Amino acid sequence: MEILVVVVVVTALVFDFTNGFHDTANAMATSIATGALPPRVAVAVSAVLNLVGAFLSIEVARTISSGLVDETRIGPAVVFGGLVGAVVWNLATWLLGLPSSSSHALFGGLIGATWVAAGSDAVRFGAVVEKVVVPAIASPLIAGLVAALATFAAYRLTRGAKTAQRGFRYGQIASASLVSLAHGTNDAQKTMGIITLTLITAGTLPAGAAPPLWVILSAGTAIALGTWLGGWRIIQTMGRKITDVESPQGFAAETGAAAVILTSSQLGFALSTTHVCAGGVVGSGIGKRLADVRWTVAGRMVLAWLLTLPAAAVVGALAGRTASAGTAGVLAVAAVGLLVAVGCWVLSRRNPVGAHNVNA
Amino acid sequence: MHIDWSGLGQVLGVSLVLGVGVVTLFSAGLAFADRGNKVVPALSFTACVAVVLYGIYLVAVH
Repeated sequence: MEILVVVVVVTALVFDFTNGFHDTANAMATSIATGALPPRVAVAVSAVLNLVGAFLSIEVARTISSGLVDETRIGPAVVFGGLVGAVVWNLATWLLGLPSSSSHALFGGLIGATWVAAGSDAVRFGAVVEKVVVPAIASPLIAGLVAALATFAAYRLTRGAKTAQRGFRYGQIASASLVSLAHGTNDAQKTMGIITLTLITAGTLPAGAAPPLWVILSAGTAIALGTWLGGWRIIQTMGRKITDVESPQGFAAETGAAAVILTSSQLGFALSTTHVCAGGVVGSGIGKRLADVRWTVAGRMVLAWLLTLPAAAVVGALAGRTASAGTAGVLAVAAVGLLVAVGCWVLSRRNPVGAHNVNA
Repeated sequence: MHIDWSGLGQVLGVSLVLGVGVVTLFSAGLAFADRGNKVVPALSFTACVAVVLYGIYLVAVH
């Protein structure tokens, strides 16, 4: 039991780390693409703001899965399986340079692991449609519409203004920073919630306890380190491959994304940062010129979004099942997870993408 | 199963007004600045900063 709790905490932090480098692109891809910030500076700024964001909010994630599964029926082994499913999917999509939602990966992993361990009736499918499927369709559409109109307005108003390009770059820094801050607040909280609730189930913390300082510190640090590492492959897709982002577009996309993220979290209607930001980038391409969007790249990205939840669920189910068999099972899952991570890294070295060639 | 259409509608409405509004304000500021005007840019950039500060406040209290 004790070992399993330690393993869950470590895996949760690993997930948080992948969450960080997977989502650097959301806030910073367009700023890097337009040269508003040098690549290294951009990821550093984003990392610091994610860390600040982790400490900023007093609201604590009170559920592991946002009510998608019956949490009274899952143990640490299931949570571990779910986390492994999420980490594996995050690494695979990173290797392919596809921006996919880390939250969906986490939900998918937990749903799969719960389904196998506690039966399909422990999964609340109504909540899955309401909290995952509907927002996933709505968020890119809303962000895309806002960004498209904003891009149109930006180009229209500054037509012939020679100094505007530079101004938009400054504006981009502000809106991208706001997205980073909001990201740190939302996503680091998720990991804190998982660790805290695992410690509560294990009896290490009393029921209803707030996250201890070391949990806040380690979760904030893990997501900041991941962000700082920079998911360059995904940054390249978001900033260069979907559409060639110019500074008015980057500003419109990031401002639109920040508006959608803040509004939705304020109204309690959680949207995925990744879906919102990617939708914003596509919208900024449409707002400038319809033909400017590379729809094959956008289509591949949408396919990855559709696959995220089921794929993470399958891995989560297998991992959760194996981990439930005892310490040997847990160690086996951890070893396989580690192998997958190393494998992804080795494959990524064949065509490395980094700060030096992210804008190529 | 319950789909919160009014919530979705609100998110759409508010983010349209805020997102397009801020970009329009900022762009207008840049356009006027390019023509050498100082008053309009000062006002529009101040308004943008106010919206951003409100955004940070929302992140912090939420």
